Amino acid sequence: MLGTLAFAVIRPRGWPEALAAVPAMGLVVAIGAVPGKEAWHEIRRLLPVVGFLAAVLVLAQLADDEGLFAAAGDVLARACGGRPGRLLAGVFAAAAIITAALSLDATVVLLTPVVFATAARVGVSPRPHVYACTHLANTASLLLPVSNLTNLLAFTASGLSFTRFAVLMALPWLVAILVEYAVFRRFFRADLQGPVAGGPADPPGRPVFAVVVLIATLAGFVVLSLLSISPAWAALGGAVVLAGRALRQRRTSPRALIGAAGPLFLLFVLALGVIVKGVLDNGLGDGLAHLLPDGASLPVLLVVAFVAAVLANLVNNLPAVLALLPIAAAAGGGAGPVLAVLIGVNIGPNLTYVGSLATLLWRRVLHEHDTDPDLGRFTRLGLLTVPASLVAATVALWAVLQATGG
Amino acid sequence: MHVVVWVTENTWPVCVDAARDWAPADAEVQLLHVTGDDVAAAAHGAFAGLLGRGRPHERDPGERVEVLAATAARELLAAAAERLGRAATSSERHGRIEREVVRAVVDADLLICARDGDLTRTGPHSLAPPTRFVVDHAPCPVLLVWPERPPGDPLPPHPPGPRHPPHPPH
Repeated sequence: MLGTLAFAVIRPRGWPEALAAVPAMGLVVAIGAVPGKEAWHEIRRLLPVVGFLAAVLVLAQLADDEGLFAAAGDVLARACGGRPGRLLAGVFAAAAIITAALSLDATVVLLTPVVFATAARVGVSPRPHVYACTHLANTASLLLPVSNLTNLLAFTASGLSFTRFAVLMALPWLVAILVEYAVFRRFFRADLQGPVAGGPADPPGRPVFAVVVLIATLAGFVVLSLLSISPAWAALGGAVVLAGRALRQRRTSPRALIGAAGPLFLLFVLALGVIVKGVLDNGLGDGLAHLLPDGASLPVLLVVAFVAAVLANLVNNLPAVLALLPIAAAAGGGAGPVLAVLIGVNIGPNLTYVGSLATLLWRRVLHEHDTDPDLGRFTRLGLLTVPASLVAATVALWAVLQATGG
Repeated sequence: MHVVVWVTENTWPVCVDAARDWAPADAEVQLLHVTGDDVAAAAHGAFAGLLGRGRPHERDPGERVEVLAATAARELLAAAAERLGRAATSSERHGRIEREVVRAVVDADLLICARDGDLTRTGPHSLAPPTRFVVDHAPCPVLLVWPERPPGDPLPPHPPGPRHPPHPPH
């Protein structure tokens, strides 16, 4: 497992991560850590969620092709009326919804450049708005299992239903975002001064079709969840409708659609799922269980969240969640400790600008970017937001667990 | 005389106006914009933190942010040049903003910049930290303007402590 993860961080010669993960999965099965039948069972169990992720990734790319993100930038530019503070509120709302519904990848890859362009067009300093995207890609990824890969892995290990996951995480998600917002308003008060001279230019086309499809998809998530049907079908439906239109208008190709779904990434997720099962089933859980106190009391949840955040900062959040899942699952506190791990590994990476010291050091080694930007500011912002939002979200989780009977 | 006008997103109009009012007619005016590298780096970093997605460069939002930033800087400088309404040169730099501004004014005779901190009252906090750094380290004279009229009484309340009578008793 460690080899697979080291490969994913280092990526020798730019090889895809699945290249190490899939043989590692084969090894786990070959040495009998996970019997072939159980590995197949685990893959079958993961497939619907990975399918959901694929649909969401395609949906995000198609929505971008339809001009949805550009139009969102236009709406933000108009709604803020030249006031940077209002633009920040709009960016927070957009990033929170996009991260939760279309996964953190959509916010990082698709929304961030649009937000930069919007800030430039309105004539305000782009710094708070771009930083908001990078922070919310982590913080706002608490809500749904598909919002973050960490959630997906924990979700399959925790045995929670999609709806139950969302219900338990809704309040922590909201509280964490509000804490971030309060800190951002104060931290960037100089950048958020005053009305500015510039005004929005001509609006781009309005992607009515994409907006309608996305709203229908989001409504589908809720309705299907209430009917105890997997919301993945809504995401698939939305992706099929948008893809059908784009293919008919020859704006995309089947090849581009498959690329957008990230097949190698999905393979990587499946392989990791099996490897995690091997680790879970082979005593690591029992061996590590004594490190943390049992139960789901508030102090326990806080300790779990903090340990998860520290570990995520050392080695990246994916290894952190994999290492802590067995402990959290063995702590005997039901879903609470597992979700506290997620709060830690999802919010924690905001402390360093690449999410972990491992990635930071490796980038230094590679000299991918020789410039020495002022990252002290990013770290100071992380020191202000991470502990506060971590505590607030964990308390919120504890309150929800108490209210809904664990 | 070489006058540098520091053009930032939030305060450029008032700095350009100050140049119109105060720069001598025969002065060479240079409009300076510095793009902070940290913004694109934050976008690069967020992408680098995503494990398992592969790292094709065309997906890296930091690359797009760098291109957009260069365009935005050019447009801002063009708007400033238009508002200035006289001959001026433009300079685009990038890096750590406050350090680049100080480097850019090493041979200048005057730097024009604006207060950009807490503008609700006078005092040291009316300068944001990068501008504070520039004012403290610039080797040339600095013309520091208020973006809007300074509020109320420019003096803080009288400091606490025992007051000495203005005239000692004879």
